[in-house]
Amino acid sequence: MSHYTLDARNSLCPMPVIKTQNKIAELLVGDTVEVTCTDPGALNDIPAWCRINGHSIKESYENGDEVVIVIQVEN
Amino acid sequence: MSQQPKSKQKRAVALISGGLDSLLAAKLMLDQGIHVEGINFYTGFCVEGHTHAIRKKDKAKPKRNNALWSAEQLGIKLHIIDIIDEYKDVLINPKHGYGANMNPCLDCKIFMVSKAKQWMEENGFDFIITGEVMGQRPMSQRKDLLPVVVRESGADDRLLRPLCAKNLAATLPEREGWVNREDLKDFSGRNRKPQMALAAEYKFEDYATPAGGCCFLTDENYSKKLVDLWQARNKKDYELDDIMLLKVGRHLRPQPHYKLIVSREDGENKFLKGYKKQFSTIEIKSHNGPLTLVDGKLSDEEFRFASRIAARFSQGRDAESVTIKVTRQNGEELSFDISPMPVSEIKQEWYI
Ligand code: SF4
Repeated sequence: MSHYTLDARNSLCPMPVIKTQNKIAELLVGDTVEVTCTDPGALNDIPAWCRINGHSIKESYENGDEVVIVIQVEN
Repeated sequence: MSQQPKSKQKRAVALISGGLDSLLAAKLMLDQGIHVEGINFYTGFCVEGHTHAIRKKDKAKPKRNNALWSAEQLGIKLHIIDIIDEYKDVLINPKHGYGANMNPCLDCKIFMVSKAKQWMEENGFDFIITGEVMGQRPMSQRKDLLPVVVRESGADDRLLRPLCAKNLAATLPEREGWVNREDLKDFSGRNRKPQMALAAEYKFEDYATPAGGCCFLTDENYSKKLVDLWQARNKKDYELDDIMLLKVGRHLRPQPHYKLIVSREDGENKFLKGYKKQFSTIEIKSHNGPLTLVDGKLSDEEFRFASRIAARFSQGRDAESVTIKVTRQNGEELSFDISPMPVSEIKQEWYI
């Protein structure tokens, strides 16, 4: 189980979702990835994408102008 | 509702746009026991996403990506695919031409269905479904043009349109009995009542009802800005940043060799700040005011002129003089005082 980070700053939705999806496709079950975005829309879209595709959100919060979402790969 | 045994369960890839029609088409297939997964293509021009919500005033509205919302309603997986680069050729050289604005809808549909076909083959799916309705849209859904999509995409009879299938020749999934043709629909024309009734039957509420089309290319103002960009550069080409910036700020072209992008409020200011390294900028130092990106090479004199325009949109618009900071793209800075341009001198034809 490894932890990864993904920089999706300065890209607008749905690009952060696409980047997250493509990153998760490379990971193994149990891995976690911390995604940092500047588009506040990611706070809704990335969790929605995770719900649909069966991954879980460990944490999500706003940090100044940034949004951070930690995802655990479940399948 | 017929549930197929898992081993024999057929698999369909659904083009999910985020609108009602693709939602209903996918739901009809799920009801027939088909395994459905959604695919959504991102061209860079899609109204989906939040690029239209950069402006702060929109931030109060709940944000959602309608394609993701549709997939969640359906309980299916959604694969969002970046086709930004490949789409350039569709937009720049559309074999079938443009619609009312810069929307190459027919070529776009053909391209998306052909990409869906490729995805279907790579992922072991059996057929493709779309929410197309015969005669609904002038360009891509005319009755005589639906077969063009089938033929030129290469999808042939593996392309099923559940909402209007009964008006069309039976496709492979129908002939093979994977789906029951009798349970498909015969919608046609611009009347949306049958879709709304079906949505009510399925208890779908709060679905998206985009006016016009699914992308910015159907928008007249946006299209004008795109044409202006191509004319100014003397070539039909673009990068993702170019087309994003066309959605943001006021665009003015006081001279053929430069354009100003003037932010309209805080959200846009913040967004445009991300481009400070790629453009020269004009900032108003003595008053609250917009950040202006300058696309083009300007002399000092031209920067003074452009700054007077930018100052017009600041809170110092009625002041005798405002202080300006220009940062050239190479990092060189200039600072000076100017008087804002009176509104009567800002020519209407500068606005793109
Ligand atoms: S509106 Fe835009 S995305 Fe939709 S078919 Fe036309 S060109 Fe393609």
